[in-house]
Amino acid sequence: MKPARFDYYLPATLEEALATLSELGSDGKVLAGGQSLVPMLNMRIAQPAALIDINGLVDLDAITCEHGALRVGAMVRQATLERSGPALGQVPLLAQALPLVGHWQTRNRGTLCGSLAHADPSAELPLLLSVLNGSVEVHSSRGVRTVAARDLFVSFFTTSLEADELIVAAYLPIAPARRRYAFNEFAQRHGDFALVSVACAVEFDEQGMLAHLTLALGGAGEVPLVVEAADALGRLLDRELIAALAERASTACDPPSDHHASAAFRRQLVRTLTGRMLTALVPQEEAAAT
Amino acid sequence: MIESPARTRPRRWIGEAVPRKEDPALLTGAGRFIDDLDPFPHTHHAAILRSPHAHARILSIDSTRAMALEGVKAVLTGARVAEISKPFHAGITEPVHFYPIAVDKVRYVGEPVAVVVAKDRYIAEDALELIDVEYERLAPVVEIDRALAADSLPLHENVGSNVVHERSFTYGEVDAAFAAAEEVVEATFRFPKYASTPIETYGVIAQYQRGTNTYAIHANFQGPFVLHTLLASALCVPGNRLRILVPPDIGGSFGIKALLYPYMGLIALASKESGVPVKWIEDRLEHLCASSSLTDRLTHVQAAVLRDGTILALRLDHVDNVGAYVRAPEPACLYRMHGTSTGAYRIPALAIHNRLVTTNKLPTGLNRGYGGQEHYFALERTIALIAKRLHLDRLDVVRRNLVRADEFPYHAPAGSVLDSGDYHTAFDEALRLAGYQDLLATRDRARAQGRSAGIGLACVVEPSGSSMGYITIALPLEQRKKSLPKSGAAEAVTIALDPSGAITVRLGTAPQGQGHQTVTAQIVAEELGVTLESIEVVAEVDTQTSPWTIASGTYSSRFAPIAAVAVQQAARKVAMKLRTIAAQQCDVPLDDIDLADGLAIPRGDRSKAIPLKRLAGLAHWNPLALPSGMEPGVYETSYYSVPILEAPDDLDRVNSSAVYGFVVDICLIEVDRETGKIEIQRYVSVHDTGRMLNPLLAEGQIRGGFAHGLGGALMEEMVYDEQGALLSGTFVDYLCPTAAEIPPLTIGHVDTPSPFSPLGAKGIGEGNSMSVPVTIANAVADALGIDDITLPLTPRRVWEMVQR
Repeated sequence: MKPARFDYYLPATLEEALATLSELGSDGKVLAGGQSLVPMLNMRIAQPAALIDINGLVDLDAITCEHGALRVGAMVRQATLERSGPALGQVPLLAQALPLVGHWQTRNRGTLCGSLAHADPSAELPLLLSVLNGSVEVHSSRGVRTVAARDLFVSFFTTSLEADELIVAAYLPIAPARRRYAFNEFAQRHGDFALVSVACAVEFDEQGMLAHLTLALGGAGEVPLVVEAADALGRLLDRELIAALAERASTACDPPSDHHASAAFRRQLVRTLTGRMLTALVPQEEAAAT
Repeated sequence: MIESPARTRPRRWIGEAVPRKEDPALLTGAGRFIDDLDPFPHTHHAAILRSPHAHARILSIDSTRAMALEGVKAVLTGARVAEISKPFHAGITEPVHFYPIAVDKVRYVGEPVAVVVAKDRYIAEDALELIDVEYERLAPVVEIDRALAADSLPLHENVGSNVVHERSFTYGEVDAAFAAAEEVVEATFRFPKYASTPIETYGVIAQYQRGTNTYAIHANFQGPFVLHTLLASALCVPGNRLRILVPPDIGGSFGIKALLYPYMGLIALASKESGVPVKWIEDRLEHLCASSSLTDRLTHVQAAVLRDGTILALRLDHVDNVGAYVRAPEPACLYRMHGTSTGAYRIPALAIHNRLVTTNKLPTGLNRGYGGQEHYFALERTIALIAKRLHLDRLDVVRRNLVRADEFPYHAPAGSVLDSGDYHTAFDEALRLAGYQDLLATRDRARAQGRSAGIGLACVVEPSGSSMGYITIALPLEQRKKSLPKSGAAEAVTIALDPSGAITVRLGTAPQGQGHQTVTAQIVAEELGVTLESIEVVAEVDTQTSPWTIASGTYSSRFAPIAAVAVQQAARKVAMKLRTIAAQQCDVPLDDIDLADGLAIPRGDRSKAIPLKRLAGLAHWNPLALPSGMEPGVYETSYYSVPILEAPDDLDRVNSSAVYGFVVDICLIEVDRETGKIEIQRYVSVHDTGRMLNPLLAEGQIRGGFAHGLGGALMEEMVYDEQGALLSGTFVDYLCPTAAEIPPLTIGHVDTPSPFSPLGAKGIGEGNSMSVPVTIANAVADALGIDDITLPLTPRRVWEMVQR
């Protein structure tokens, strides 16, 4: 479990980092928190020619509010975010999702942007970005662009980023006043990658009807999957609708099979978790009525 | 008449909840583990090329490119190992040749194929990628059923079959009992393959000393030191040319580090070949694919019973899968529980048919509970099935068959002598602690609401202190007669007082976190009347200088019934010597001297007391003043062997263990039918530990065994696909319970001191790893109304059971 030989770069500025990345192209791999990359190096699953360590880029560890979103820099540790009162207040789903990400030891090093760039479909943070309809700010020597969550994740461990591009920040939209969120996952042990995870954002209007619903699934396909739910708007979130949405989620996904869980079992978990999550979100008066 | 003053009694330490002596160093990062050691100058590092195939012939190995890499010193392959060493012996007659590296064929994924010795581990691993191996793939044999099939390709061609051992045993009138039975309850059980996962993996630092043809091997090896003899034989040196040194600290083992010995041999040979000392620290990937595990087992049980639940006889058919080789101490997996096959029950007749098969899986060995979890899974599921099929209350079936308190010592038909116990009282205590009536009510309430709740029970006899002779019943009588009988189970301890009176105790147990230093200090402090702090306990073993026996080591929960007694005996020898000197100095009879508070006190008169340090000083500095005939110095070694452990008799009966504890487990679980998740709502475990030496350590052992048992019940399994590829080769795929997964455990005790052990103590390290898998299985069977339960009860498997 020793990595193969690699060159190591420690750029002092973002410009230098981007220039190095541009020069190395796909031979270079960015090192931020290293909680996925370093084990892969040690197991020689990844054998990049060079590592570009961005831990020296102090400008990237800021959490700010910009354009109605929480902007989380590339070097912000998951643990920092977890302990940031304002961040949790503005994006309450973080408080539900972050404790499920690995263990506190790994969150002390791991970053939000690093997890997004790694694009593990079972990971919590890509699902979080997807259900919030967030985006990432991507830099390269060629310029800056914004990539929405739905355009970022392409396949297993694959993003739409070019080889010379770096995620410099993630944008998590600030929660509207009446919006409520839930994050629910099924893992065999605390801190494991979930077999499947589900998350949603909902809003009810004055009459108690659904005014907003985003439902997304993790571990149920190549990328985090947002389930089509526009037809649910204006309806009461009753038992029938919940069952229909849970059924739709379980058929919409395309989960993998392995020795932990068959695809059929993962679908079943998606159905159950979706149903339970939505049931818990039903406003109390309706719950009492049904 | 002169009234004698009150005699001084030493402070009692045995039985006290003393915190561990070991903890300050361990908790401050000051432990000294194998990887911390740097005993030889110019040490090089090994990396091991491992087989990617389950079953293949090695056509060629070309290490030219690897040797050309700068920093590479040597590449050792199986062909060379076969030239310079001999295969390891095991306890069967069939010629299953086992070397520490593949010689002509690979037989499991992860089997060593070549060893690179290089300047550092990075270069060594780089070189692995430069070794070219040509394989011819062969049909893999993965599961027990395939191994039993007549047309399965034998792993070992010279044996000609994958059934490499077979024996049958009959005790009592089995056929008559089955003829008299009112019902026969019959079932088949499969137990999965899983392992131990200590935080510290294997480690070896070996030096071949050319000048003396001697091997010095530092290794975090736990014993049994009979494997020293085996290793010396394989390395073709007499025992005094093989020096094994065990570091002061070992980071857990749970049995698995007994199977370090093949790697000790392999790295020693790598040192010989390369001419430099060689260090190898196993990484986690290596540990998961190529260290050791318990056996997966197929058991078929027939129980002859009366309608009231009385069990008249058992027929047990076992097939144990030892993986690719039969590595010593196998076939002990089949025989450790042999004498105790009838468990906690009065079953007068017993027939056993044992087979051992080889498959293309990791070879097996000791694993906390060794043989017990497999055995009790079948036995205690059978008890539950008897109650179910006869429509009897499970409690009645258990009570009717448990050995009664007035029957101890109880001679089980296959030879175990259950020393002491009060099983019925322990059973009742478990029911009381569990609030059994409440559990029933809770379960039935849940069921009334459409949920699936169940109660599980198990009663387990926990043997400790394995005999050195039990494995020989694997050999037929005529074979056994050809060699010397093997009996007993010994341990050795040395206690020395230096000229300043400082006390050093030297153990041969190679502990891995059990707290032997603490308990040893308790015993010595009590015997010598000194403080715990004044005693230094050295647990590092050096076979050249430490006292040891072939049985030495830490396995089969043997410290409490065996090593602790050797400690007490050695301390008593020292006490006798010190008191004899003091009696002469004070001019009183020996019987009038007491040892307490660091003093030898004549007739309770502290004004005339002599400090122990003065007595020790006298023994070293002034031997002429010693009582006539007494040797100078204070250095006493005691060897203790358990008297009751006789060699197997001509009727194949063997008392396999020194003493026998008892465990009753009761749990209430609920199954989430939608997700397959099992929630343990209540778990109670009542133990008979004999006389408890240290309640804190006893509780730690129970909680540790419980966690390991939960792993086997719910998560842990070495999963191979049909090609023999290992699917659980990382900690992402091989799941062990962590603190977050361990439910609360209620512990109770009904302790009956053993009459057969001078301290009365029984081992306690393995009971729950034997009992928990079947207790949970019984609860799930109860919850789902399903008889066919397969472990581990992962969410997927439970959900699929619910679907059926």
